[in-house]
Amino acid sequence: MTCDEATILLHALVDGELDAGNAREVEAHVAACPDCAATLRELRALRGAIRPADLRYAAPDHLRRTIEGKLPASAPPVASRRAALKGFAFGAAASALAATGLLFIVTRDDERQRVLDEIVSAHLRSLQGDHLADVVSSDQHTVKPWFNGRLAASPPVMDLTAQGFTLLGARIDFVDARPIAAIVYRRRVHIINLFCEPAASPGETAATMQSLHGFNVRSWHEKGIHLWAVSDLAPDELRDFGEKFSAALTR
Amino acid sequence: MNGVDRLTVSVGETGHLVMTGGREFDAGGKADRFKQVALPHLDAVYTLARYLMRNRSDADDAVQECYLRAYRYFDTFRGGPVKPWLLAILRNVCHGAHSENTRLVYGEDAGDDEAAAGPLWREQAETPEQTAMRHADSATMRRLIRELPAEFREVIVLREINDLSYRDIAAAIDAPIGTVMSRLARARGLLREAWLASGDDE
Repeated sequence: MTCDEATILLHALVDGELDAGNAREVEAHVAACPDCAATLRELRALRGAIRPADLRYAAPDHLRRTIEGKLPASAPPVASRRAALKGFAFGAAASALAATGLLFIVTRDDERQRVLDEIVSAHLRSLQGDHLADVVSSDQHTVKPWFNGRLAASPPVMDLTAQGFTLLGARIDFVDARPIAAIVYRRRVHIINLFCEPAASPGETAATMQSLHGFNVRSWHEKGIHLWAVSDLAPDELRDFGEKFSAALTR
Repeated sequence: MNGVDRLTVSVGETGHLVMTGGREFDAGGKADRFKQVALPHLDAVYTLARYLMRNRSDADDAVQECYLRAYRYFDTFRGGPVKPWLLAILRNVCHGAHSENTRLVYGEDAGDDEAAAGPLWREQAETPEQTAMRHADSATMRRLIRELPAEFREVIVLREINDLSYRDIAAAIDAPIGTVMSRLARARGLLREAWLASGDDE
């Protein structure tokens, strides 16, 4: 081993980066070479000055807090959901007030709006944690029987995979204090919750599209079923979903 | 469709079915996971920032930006050690700040608050004299390291203070291990000269 080779390997030796074989070679060279032995001593002396010194810095608490505070809010999907949740919190407060009767007269006209609010809140809840589906399957023949005995009427479960909407599963949710079927579909990264409950009348009403707390809700009524499709999908895609579902239902 | 079509179904701790996959339901868990793996390295990241940036508030800003960026990139982080990954991001933030505002320290006097900055750890049972001596030595050594050219300063901080292996230093500064070794040897040579010279002055 030459001194040039040894010089750089001395650092690796001091840093504990050499395997046993190489370390032995370097040490053998140092034992026979006074120059390299001197270099190694200097290196260890410098190290002795650096290592015991307080050279680190502790991150100040305010920095830690700021980062922790900013982290979830800095992610766009979380940010929009947080904002939507705030909006909903107000809606829920209004609903709670309504229950006292004070706002009854006002809210009576807004019955439809209140149900929409609850539908959107149920959609939001479903996106939190593991709340999305109680039965997880892309097979409509698994999902539909799951509702048997859980609801008074079995909801329509359609396979729309060929139409670009993947069935993920289903769960029971609560809207207006009543259990309601929620069937979950996915379009790319977007989740669609389709809520359905039996209607009092068998008639049909045309679909309406509304935007609430940043989500789109398409509601309609056909074959004696009330349906609400909720998603952050664009309105035209959500309309497409509704139409594909209706087509499958009619078929 | 990058990765969003993956959907994992598993049985969670509560016995409920858990679905993960796709950004939409993962957002809450992502932040938690990120905090769990990234926040323990905050002191190391902050230390490098303090040596690369001119003053405390610029270092604060750089560290904040580093963590926000790291969180954005977290989806594309494919395992491996987190510390060099974070330090590489911090380094990019600092270099970016330098090109915009020339705030990166290049041998400028950066001793704005040496006395105020508390040490991270203390040796036990030292006499007041020893404490005073060590403080003097620490302040001198910090200054000497700050006065090194940036490319040598960062390898010294990563190796001697943040205690990274050669491999992790190579990852953090995005250079081959050979470059790390030669830079570290040169950096120690420069630091030793400066250290001996400072001893002569005092």
